[in-house]
Amino acid sequence: MSTPEPIDHPVLTRLRERFADDVRSVHAWRGDLTAEVTAARIVDVCRFLRDDAELAFDFLSDLTAVDYLGSTPRFEVVYHLKSLTRGHRLRIKTRVSEDAPHLPSVVPVWRGADWLERETWDLYGIRFDGHPDLRRIYLYEEFEGHPLRKDYPKERRQPLVTRADLDEPQVQRQEERDRARYGRWH
Amino acid sequence: MRDTDAGTKGFEVSDELHGEPLEIQMGPSHPATHGTVRITLKLDGERIVDADIQVGYLHRGYEKECESGEWSQAIPYTDRLNYASPMINNVGYCLAAEKLLGVTVPPRGQYIRTIASEISRLSDHFTCIGASAMELAAMTPFLYGVQAREHMWDLHEALCGARVTTNYVRIGGLQSDLPPGFADLCREKLRLALAIFADVDRLLTQNPIFRERMEGTGRLPAPDLIAYGVTGPLLRAAGVGYDVRKAEPYLVYDQIDFDVPVGTSGDNYDRYLVRVEEVRQSARIIEQCLANLPDGPVDVDDPRLRWPAKGKVFNRMEELIDQFKLVTEGMRPPAGEVYQAVEGANGELGFYLVSNGTGKPWKCRCRAPSFSNTHAMRDMVRGALLADIVPTFDMINMIGGECDR
Repeated sequence: MSTPEPIDHPVLTRLRERFADDVRSVHAWRGDLTAEVTAARIVDVCRFLRDDAELAFDFLSDLTAVDYLGSTPRFEVVYHLKSLTRGHRLRIKTRVSEDAPHLPSVVPVWRGADWLERETWDLYGIRFDGHPDLRRIYLYEEFEGHPLRKDYPKERRQPLVTRADLDEPQVQRQEERDRARYGRWH
Repeated sequence: MRDTDAGTKGFEVSDELHGEPLEIQMGPSHPATHGTVRITLKLDGERIVDADIQVGYLHRGYEKECESGEWSQAIPYTDRLNYASPMINNVGYCLAAEKLLGVTVPPRGQYIRTIASEISRLSDHFTCIGASAMELAAMTPFLYGVQAREHMWDLHEALCGARVTTNYVRIGGLQSDLPPGFADLCREKLRLALAIFADVDRLLTQNPIFRERMEGTGRLPAPDLIAYGVTGPLLRAAGVGYDVRKAEPYLVYDQIDFDVPVGTSGDNYDRYLVRVEEVRQSARIIEQCLANLPDGPVDVDDPRLRWPAKGKVFNRMEELIDQFKLVTEGMRPPAGEVYQAVEGANGELGFYLVSNGTGKPWKCRCRAPSFSNTHAMRDMVRGALLADIVPTFDMINMIGGECDR
């Protein structure tokens, strides 16, 4: 990304017209249209991108995060959008700080964001406000830390959690959770 | 009949025998699902009130492992994403890395990659259709499907020596050019596999039991599928002809004549029919590629990516240095980020790579079609019968390695 050439693409122009103050930077390196927007307006931006007739980004291809350890804000949440009717693609990025790792959920815009946001929470520890059911998706509840963070060492062992390690309220919480999740005939 | 309140004298009498919903567990290891997944079902009689699908049983930290190795060391991990069609994953990752580097493989390499991808797609569809039939209690089509798949894996073996963990495609080229006599072997294996598959088709497509289980089940309208990010045969069966090979052609798909089959009703039977037709189209693609295969190198001529010939390494200083640097430091793509999508056997398979200019990937994300497809299953089975889960889950064709990464 060494040479920032001027970008003139109808998709980016339209986005900038509507959200002049919130689009912080754009690039089209290797042909991938990219726009960085402010985290607070992410839902408005996404809803506009989906509903606008010219843009029509009806398809959330992917949602993930990148940990830029050492820079502030530390995290970047990345949305890959595609319009099935128009055929174009767009990458939306937004920065999230380490101290307050949360941003609004886009589940109301694309239902497919549900599991993707759960995965991002699970592996990066970024919370999505307004998510209907934000729990870990791959790992178990007692897992300590978020393994795709760059400061999580690959070799780290997780403690084996048994009943004996838990105090009484923890056991009760676990039983309640198991009852809710597995039913009483488990 | 239920005593609602102990304080009142009478009983509340109802015609229906209603109790509270029954919760049962399906999986994580269930004989009628070909994938490791747990489904917590809430049942009202045989009707599904709600289904909580829990994935992650095959999570092995694919991304974390990729980030700790060099760029080329991620390729073997991609084999293990969708292990039913490993070549497509190899191709997808290497295309993304090449986009990052800004290089393009010579035409012969592209043709061979196309052939390899389609062989893998055939293998995936044979597995899916065979296993689905078995889970609907038809054993013979499964054995036939596996037999047909063996022919495809023989071709994998001819290409790279391995049957499943192929590791064939390299960033900037291929592990090796085609072995001698590959075109004839490929045509012969295709003929055998398609002959077996014709029997599977005859056994299943008009089979009343099979149709009864498949027709009208698992249906979800196209706008819902799009909202969930569902792609591949599931979306095409609902009438949306989105195929990455046509929408954003990569490799040589824009030079090849093939059709994208599209269904109408979007039920499991249409999904099956779309896969059956895709088998024929993949065979067409392979035949055209074999007929038009150009001569020339398969690798890019770039010592930063591909090793120089051994004779030069032993006798010339520059090539020796190139090889030494490539072995010790690995390749170093410029800092930046790319997303590259290919058409996997189950839908859009995307790789999002971030480089910070060093020899290791900063981020090596895989957008797995099975993940989004399995997510949509909850809405597909809600309100349906318990038995409908099996054909719906079969046609979703969740591959644990790819869904859980």
